[in-house]
Amino acid sequence: MLHKIFNIVIVASTLRIATPILLASLGGIMAERSGVNNIGLEGMMLLGAFAAVIGSSLGGPWLGLLFGLLAGLCTGLLHGFISITIKANQIISGTAINILAVGLPNILIPVIWPGHYAITPVVKQLPTIALSSVPIIGSLFKQFNIIIALTVLLVPFLHTVLYYTRFGLRLRSLGEHPRAADTVGIPVQRFRYVAVALSGTLAGLAGTYLSISYQAQFSIAMTAGRGFIGLAAMIFGRWKPFGAFFACILFGFAEAFQAAAQSAGVPIPPDLFLAFPYVLTLIALVSIAGRHTGSPAAAGKPYIPE
Amino acid sequence: MTDRSLDKKRPTLDSHQGGRRSRLGAIMGSTATSSVIVILAFLLGFFILGITGFNPIQAFSAMFRGALGSKRGIAETLLSMTPLILSGLGFALAYHCKLFNIGLEGQIAVGAIAASWLGYSIEGLPCVVHVTICLVGACLAGAVWGFFPGFLKARYNIHEVISVIMLNHIAFKVAAYMVSVGGPMKDPTDLMPASPYILTTAKLPRIWAGTRFNVSIFIALAMAFVVWVFLYKSRPGYMMRAVGSNPDAAQTVGISATSFTILAMVLSSALGGLAGGIEILGIHHRLLAQFSPGYGFDAIAVALLGQLNPIAVVASSFLYGVLRSGAVLMQVTTGVSKDMVSVLTATIIFFTSMKEPFARWMKHLFSAIKGHPMIGRSDSHVA
Repeated sequence: MLHKIFNIVIVASTLRIATPILLASLGGIMAERSGVNNIGLEGMMLLGAFAAVIGSSLGGPWLGLLFGLLAGLCTGLLHGFISITIKANQIISGTAINILAVGLPNILIPVIWPGHYAITPVVKQLPTIALSSVPIIGSLFKQFNIIIALTVLLVPFLHTVLYYTRFGLRLRSLGEHPRAADTVGIPVQRFRYVAVALSGTLAGLAGTYLSISYQAQFSIAMTAGRGFIGLAAMIFGRWKPFGAFFACILFGFAEAFQAAAQSAGVPIPPDLFLAFPYVLTLIALVSIAGRHTGSPAAAGKPYIPE
Repeated sequence: MTDRSLDKKRPTLDSHQGGRRSRLGAIMGSTATSSVIVILAFLLGFFILGITGFNPIQAFSAMFRGALGSKRGIAETLLSMTPLILSGLGFALAYHCKLFNIGLEGQIAVGAIAASWLGYSIEGLPCVVHVTICLVGACLAGAVWGFFPGFLKARYNIHEVISVIMLNHIAFKVAAYMVSVGGPMKDPTDLMPASPYILTTAKLPRIWAGTRFNVSIFIALAMAFVVWVFLYKSRPGYMMRAVGSNPDAAQTVGISATSFTILAMVLSSALGGLAGGIEILGIHHRLLAQFSPGYGFDAIAVALLGQLNPIAVVASSFLYGVLRSGAVLMQVTTGVSKDMVSVLTATIIFFTSMKEPFARWMKHLFSAIKGHPMIGRSDSHVA
């Protein structure tokens, strides 16, 4: 029975499941490292997914990709406007975005596709390149998926940006001590805008992946808490890209294992198994408590220039 | 710790002091702010419906007709007020201690699990006793669910938002598991994912023939009064608010920030649990996998719109009750998704978060008008 569960397929499906979570998680890292909490990732993802389907139905999957990224970017900027310019509570702003993202698509679906409720018609997916002729990789991954590949590459890229570039150093300084950063001449608010916009764009890409790559349509609440799991992975991975990567692989493996076990006939209650990432994150929070968790010191606090 | 040290701090906590007149002014100012926010949200709703090709007047009039135009509608409006008041109170109570309890939806779920289990498994009790046991059980379940984030926050300074998000999702999954095939509370005779029905002795009495209206709203109103007394007229409530407005100062005068953080979270979550329990005993009479249309999230808008005041929360719950119950008829007759309510909620929350900078700007503009009653004490909390 075990060979039915632990076969080569589980590697590929782990990566497929981990991709949207990882993108959200990286989005979370970028925002929080700059000192802005982003619990609106789930909503940004959902709006990205919805916009991608609109784009794909209008002008094909590449336009869908563009729409998805733009939707994420705009929601990110909205979050930035409220939390950076208005200096309102960032948690409140994020919550409002999550609530908005649940409602808005449901109003628009019957407007754009008359007669459809809660679920859109099937649209064109982003193309994949067949890899089955390539040795080794071909047996692992039947197809080359651009978003998955991009996501995997983003991890070392963002790590390098955060830790080995001027931009990254400045960004991290905003999350730790914005006053000091301001004193040495870093434009705090502008940098934070860039970070939040990037965060939203990554969440939008996560949504795009879900709706026009993983699936081929939008359905209500299709993100199913993935934005929040991404947030969990960010914490679990201590606000580091590689940490988040391993957390997402772990969470993704848990879900892939559950699905594989289910189809192999092992009776595991799926609902309880889906709670696994959340339980694990709580345990991780408690176990690293007291020590330095790696959370940016100034995250969540609006910066008021003197 | 002496009484005097507490009294000295009092003026910083209650900004609208100095006689009945300024308090009245503050209340009017708060009401005006909230009304403006609601009107702006509705205008945006009109705009969204307008550009998407709906007739906004038709849609909103269907909503109000649905909520208030019939006996059944009024009953449903009052019914949905109950969980809104209770969870709104929960959110407000925690916020007075600077805690952001977005975990009410999960606390509603665990309260519902507890109440329905107690409701069908204990036999031979008189109605009053059985209902009390179920509701106390629901409160306790909620309280336990809120204790963890409170404890983690107080002891390890782990942000409560993160832990309640995790606990929310755990609660949803546990509730789904309970009534899934093979789950411990699944009614084997029913194809629906639901628990067995609770016994008649556990049901809240329905008091309006032909509707589902039951005594739950009176429990909610009583709780609003209790929370108001607790926050503004009791010593622990005062201490809790002191911790919320300045934990270091409170610690200095001998108030334990740790205990009050946990207490605030526990009480807030108990209210959420109670809301879940009441929904089961009053309306559904059995545990369903997902029965709440998001009352725990509406609670945020309800509490913020009510400026965190327990009595005003009742008023904003009425508005939300109208939205929630009227949206159903709106969807049926005009095709506008009942999720319009979510869009209005989000807009209301956005505008509430902007009200402080907006108020500053207004104050600047009208600085000539003496003693202009601005938003009152809550604005420093909300920002």
